[in-house]
Amino acid sequence: MSLRSPLRRVLGLGASGTGTEHWLAQRLSAVALVPLTLWFVISLLTLPTLDFYIVNAWAAAPLHSILLALLVVALVYHSHLGAQMVAEDYVQMAGLRVAVLILLRLLHVALGVAGILAVFLIATRASL
Amino acid sequence: MSRESRPVSPHLQVYRWQVSNTLSILHRLTGVGLTLGALALVGWLFALASGHATFTQVIWVFGSPPSQLLLIGWTFCFFFHLCNGLRHLAWDAGYGFDRAVASRSGIAVLVASVILTGIFWFVALTGAFV
Repeated sequence: MSLRSPLRRVLGLGASGTGTEHWLAQRLSAVALVPLTLWFVISLLTLPTLDFYIVNAWAAAPLHSILLALLVVALVYHSHLGAQMVAEDYVQMAGLRVAVLILLRLLHVALGVAGILAVFLIATRASL
Repeated sequence: MSRESRPVSPHLQVYRWQVSNTLSILHRLTGVGLTLGALALVGWLFALASGHATFTQVIWVFGSPPSQLLLIGWTFCFFFHLCNGLRHLAWDAGYGFDRAVASRSGIAVLVASVILTGIFWFVALTGAFV
């Protein structure tokens, strides 16, 4: 006899009732990160130097700042999903686990906001 | 059955090491490393937004020998996580599950990430691109 309600069975949800979204979001952000990170790494290598004026002019170009903002979003999102999984798997004490998960979430939100704002400030300041 | 005599899942000490579990562990380790790398990337953007003086200081810190070692570590983490991530995506799509294929793709990932890290630093230090 199954204890699962017909609705749960139709929805395909297991004991935890959730998880598919997390898995899917991790794959989606991974797929987004492939071109974004490769673009970033190749861009760094092709800049003549990594001095302030050169990096600033590069990052302030509209296309580059949009791609940088997208990189920050995808990276921070993917990092949060992965770090969450690691904490869920290895932090055994329930109370500590919740604390670590909260800390990871706050850290990643802060990272995302800081990263996007930094890109915005670089893109909108008067040319130097 | 008492609690002690129950079968337990293989723990690290009794697990026979093979390509698949080594790379699985490395994927997580490099992922954690890259979370710290994301911190550094946002720090770098923050410094760039702060202006010339801050950015120059941060670049100087990034250029010091211990940071260079860290950066080499991060580039390896990046290329490994990228290559092995693509391997995972192939699995998700249903390809490469065969045990022999999974082992071979694992070794290919390791070789590729070492070579890509080498190419990156060769180009970065010699300016071969510019």
